[in-house]
Amino acid sequence: MSIHTKTIAQLAQGLKDKDFSSVEITQHYLDRIKQSDLNAFITVTDELAMTQAQAADEKIATGNAGILTGIPYAHKDIFCTQGVKTSAGSKMLDNFISPYDATVSHQLNQTDLVMLGKTNMDEFAMGSSNENSFYGAVKNPWDKSKIPGGSSGGSAASVAGGLSCFATGTDTGGSIRQPASLCGITGLKPTYGRVSRYGMIAYASSLDQAGPMTKTAEDAAIVLNAMAGFDEKDSTSAEQEVPDYTANLNDSIKGLTIGLPKEFFSDGLDDEVATQIMSAVKEFEAMGATVKEVSLPNSAYAIPTYYIVAPCECSSNLSRMDGVRYGYRCENPKDLEDLYLRSRSEGFGEEVKRRIMIGAYALSAGYYDAYYLKAQKTRHLISDDFKKAFKEVDVIMGPVSPTTAFDLGSVKDPVSMYLADIYTLSANLAGLPGMSIPAGFSKKLPVGLQLIGDYWSESKLLNIAHQFQLQTDWHAQSPQEN
Amino acid sequence: MSLSEGQVSQIAYLARLSLSNEALKDNTKDLNAILGLAEQLGSIDTDGIEPMAHPLHMTQRLRADVVTEKDHSDLFQSIAPKTDNKHYLVPTVIE
Repeated sequence: MSIHTKTIAQLAQGLKDKDFSSVEITQHYLDRIKQSDLNAFITVTDELAMTQAQAADEKIATGNAGILTGIPYAHKDIFCTQGVKTSAGSKMLDNFISPYDATVSHQLNQTDLVMLGKTNMDEFAMGSSNENSFYGAVKNPWDKSKIPGGSSGGSAASVAGGLSCFATGTDTGGSIRQPASLCGITGLKPTYGRVSRYGMIAYASSLDQAGPMTKTAEDAAIVLNAMAGFDEKDSTSAEQEVPDYTANLNDSIKGLTIGLPKEFFSDGLDDEVATQIMSAVKEFEAMGATVKEVSLPNSAYAIPTYYIVAPCECSSNLSRMDGVRYGYRCENPKDLEDLYLRSRSEGFGEEVKRRIMIGAYALSAGYYDAYYLKAQKTRHLISDDFKKAFKEVDVIMGPVSPTTAFDLGSVKDPVSMYLADIYTLSANLAGLPGMSIPAGFSKKLPVGLQLIGDYWSESKLLNIAHQFQLQTDWHAQSPQEN
Repeated sequence: MSLSEGQVSQIAYLARLSLSNEALKDNTKDLNAILGLAEQLGSIDTDGIEPMAHPLHMTQRLRADVVTEKDHSDLFQSIAPKTDNKHYLVPTVIE
């Protein structure tokens, strides 16, 4: 087994047993990144990585290593990292060297991880294909003519392509789960408020949530242990106790009640994807779970609701990008208005401008009630549907994405692209935790199974996912290399 | 209801974005398609439903009104496009 197919748990054991050093595995990953043509990274922090690896090896030698000490990971370029470029995939922040660390960056540093670099992403996390990056599209390691999913496409491709042991991601409307699904890895979006948003460049603040993207559910539990927690610097951080997410991985799931929302299996779902999802559900039944049909009647409205709420929040959040205090400034502005107009028009990409304009319109006088307020009320209905469903079932399962990864460049109009988010958006609108785990292949491309849990049920989701991974080996498959 | 190019141009200006003629055409088409999608919301009965601004219906925490941040102006201004003597410089607004 090569280094780059090992999990965190396996690498940690190897480091402890002195099978290899952190410097050696870090160099191995850096070499692979150098040879890779996936475009998964915006910045490779090779010098920093080697310094961190040396420090980790010294710590391991003293016998004081933690489970993450010396493990090489990739960090989504949306998290501020002090002294390292943090671009959010945008020309606007191409010159932005963050003066401070995001809380997540700080927490991960505390565990003596090795940061290999910052991963490519859709600009300001707006996209489902990673084609909206200023730094170019990312390729899917399973088929380089396909998209990796988005917005955490670089993170997903980096884990699936063996360029990092794990990666961080953020999920506003599916940006962890959908690329995890399309790249055949494990991704977890925690309950809203579980992981600090401080220093995570804001897209839609009432939806944004960070989480781990890993090879296995066990690894996701290990990383979530390091990422989760209350942060007074984030005004919507939850004052909720953080359990040890690895503690319940081995619990039996006998007697588990799985809810299948009928709306997640209707028109638009690819037949082969549906077949893979149903055979995964059968596997759970064989493990002692029971299955029940549930209904999320308002989930059909998740797309219009999300594509009003998120643009409204982004139009407000991105107003800070004005060419004055940091980031891109146009050449020779003739007056202050010209400075704002040209810095923003030249600095933002097409999709970002589109969403800013939708938000500006939906929030404007005379339209606020019809769009933003209406969407917030619908959001309440979507959330209530889940509350009802969780009275009857322990977990909701379904597809992550209606299809497997599509061809790069094949979806051109924005609305068609938005429709691909149909199954992931409602968990964000409700603030619920969701996961994607590998559940098979369709025409040699990975299919992800989505798990949605009740608030704060990350331990349960990880337990369910881990038990599935003990019975199946979909998560252990790697793309062929040439 | 459909937005005209003039209206899209006005929205762009409100968001401090300027669009080329071609971009204006494309955006008018795309924005109308997206708002068309949003029209579906009109068919939902939301009478008596409270708007949901926050997934956990949480209230904002308050803290004591004391200064906790140190002065980082040198660090923050080191990445600014143009500064002078602790000020951010922009083109002259008042002659």
